[in-house]
Amino acid sequence: MAIARKAISPEQTNLPFAYRQYSPDQLRDVLRKMYLIRRFEEGAEDSYMRGLIHGTMHLSIGQEASAMGICMPLHEDDQITSTHRGHGHCIAKGADVKRMFAEFFGKTTGYCKGRGGSMHIADVAKGNLGANGIVAGGIPIAVGAALSSKRMKTGKVVVSFFGDGANNEGAFHEALNMASIWKLPVIFVCENNGYGMSTSTARSTAVKNIADRAAAYSMPGVIVDGNNFSEVAEASHAAAERARAGEGPTLIESKTYRYRGHSKSDRNRYRTKEEIEDWITNRDPILLFETELKEFGIIDDKGIEAVRESVKQEIADGIEFAKQSPAPELSDLDRYVYTEVA
Amino acid sequence: MDTAVRELSYAQAIQEAMALAMEADERVFLMGEDIGVYGGAFQVTGDLVERFGTDRVMDTPISELGGAGVAVGAAVTGMRPIFEFQFSDFATLGMEQIVNQAAKMRFMLGGEVSVPLVMRFPAGSGTGAAAQHSQSLEAWLGHVPGLKVIQPATPHDAKGLLLAAIADPDPVMIFEHKLLYKMKGPVPEGHYTVPIGKAEIRREGRDLTIVATSIMVHKALEAAETLSGEGMDIEVIDLRSIRPIDRETVIESVKKTSKLLCVYEAVKTLGIGAEVSAMIAESEAFDYLDAPIVRLGGAEMPIPYNPDLEKATVPQVPDIVSAARDLVKGVR
Ligand SMILES: Cc1ncc(C[n+]2csc(CCOP(=O)(O)OP(=O)(O)O)c2C)c(N)n1
Ligand SMILES: [Mg+2]
Repeated sequence: MAIARKAISPEQTNLPFAYRQYSPDQLRDVLRKMYLIRRFEEGAEDSYMRGLIHGTMHLSIGQEASAMGICMPLHEDDQITSTHRGHGHCIAKGADVKRMFAEFFGKTTGYCKGRGGSMHIADVAKGNLGANGIVAGGIPIAVGAALSSKRMKTGKVVVSFFGDGANNEGAFHEALNMASIWKLPVIFVCENNGYGMSTSTARSTAVKNIADRAAAYSMPGVIVDGNNFSEVAEASHAAAERARAGEGPTLIESKTYRYRGHSKSDRNRYRTKEEIEDWITNRDPILLFETELKEFGIIDDKGIEAVRESVKQEIADGIEFAKQSPAPELSDLDRYVYTEVA
Repeated sequence: MDTAVRELSYAQAIQEAMALAMEADERVFLMGEDIGVYGGAFQVTGDLVERFGTDRVMDTPISELGGAGVAVGAAVTGMRPIFEFQFSDFATLGMEQIVNQAAKMRFMLGGEVSVPLVMRFPAGSGTGAAAQHSQSLEAWLGHVPGLKVIQPATPHDAKGLLLAAIADPDPVMIFEHKLLYKMKGPVPEGHYTVPIGKAEIRREGRDLTIVATSIMVHKALEAAETLSGEGMDIEVIDLRSIRPIDRETVIESVKKTSKLLCVYEAVKTLGIGAEVSAMIAESEAFDYLDAPIVRLGGAEMPIPYNPDLEKATVPQVPDIVSAARDLVKGVR
């Protein structure tokens, strides 16, 4: 591509972190993955409307830079625990959208063989230990995974994603305390999208910033613009280095916004249309990143179009794969409750 | 290989099992409140911290929910934690992680992970610790598929079942009656396991089946001994495991004796007695019954502090003797 002539050298230290840290190829791939997350969720939403997916789902549209920024510095074998709003985390950690769609369609080819659905989406091979239906449920589990890493000296870093609502659960506080006293390689990532269902953080949380809670557990508390990929990646990178150096946990508060309702039943009575419109128009993480990439000459309009096209195809293929996949046998109903001993 | 059998207390038997498992497998470690230098609230871990160090005999903060979650996370990522609750009552604080996470993680993820976790719960009344430190909540956990729930009644079984639990790929919850910790009994040296899900006939008899759990096994045996002096021949089954539950042993016994008495310390209604009764009612043993099934369980109330009241809250030997006698004599 002609745009490659503007390749950036690491010496250009006044550039934002991501442009010093990652190659143009990697950055274009980040953009692609952010699109993949968004289109995946739009595809899931559409399939839901058509009655192809049952239950409910929680869309993270608007939060893509947060998921990508946190996961970009992670190694393939690093681990994450995720939340009910976990599609983005799953894709960012390397999942294949085919198997995610298959899971949502309840098929055996899905990541959880159709037993988990959207709310328990996981990809253990890529280090995603699972989304969680219980607010804050994954936080202590991440600490346990980090304990394994430290004891077994695997060098793995564990990220625990959770929402702003989770910061008022006891599990959050207990987990942060233990991670700190034992200096475990874990990164606590609070994706503060302003609301836990309908309740704003102003109404739910005694501190102004959730990162302020870090002081109580003697760990760094970092606030980032969660819609700015580079800023999120920089904080995640630093936290991962700190974790790998044995210096213990970090709490990152990634301030972001969800465009869609909390779940499929939300009437959006607790926020204004103007508020939503403002985020969509002025602070969209994908648009912001795209603009930056163009400014730095990493991609042009044609390149962006190509990314969108290839993502569109991948999503269509994923949905087709899910449709064609076999449903579980009723005779397998009670499998996986216990470990089958050979 | 001949292994020596010594007398050990129930607590020593548990400690020996943990030590053996830790020696054999680097991944096994202990977590809990004050289990290190303090030795555990009931001295079950004792001096293990001196042998294995604080990384493997890990004191946690007083954080049952978080601690249980850490144990779950460690278990799914390759370790084999043994988590001690200081009192079984505090399961209530860890319930989220036990019931929603540990029990379901394998299933929710379509078999992609296992949760080889052991949790130990000092349970039961009789120590004067009153309502919040004396409960028997095993049926709560027994109601949750994905968990295995056991109640060893002897030092021999405490060691063998714990070793089986540690080797088990799924979460195993062990309810240990606090009054049993000091009880002594024969315990073989070295490694052996007692199968999870198998009841044990502690005493054979033809006139009545008593199905008992945990400390009630001993009370039932005492009652059976008393009644043998009156010419009654009573079978006592130690259920040992409530999930999975050994239907076959109980059903076969009732087919032989035609009478069933269930004895357990937990609150009587909606508990293990109901399950055992239903098991018989649903089986071919129902046709063999010569009398209604009788349950003896804890009173429908919290455990009181006053020692006489406390005793009156849970079945005692005379209660079992009279219930068993009435059943055998056809009084009820
Ligand atoms: C323990 C628990 N309480 C309540 C709920 C219901 N619930 C699901 S998501 C949610 C809001 C969570 O808010 P937040 O943590 O900010 O995450 P977000 O949905 O904004 O991503 C609630 C109340 C739950 N799933 N678990
Ligand atoms: Mg929120």
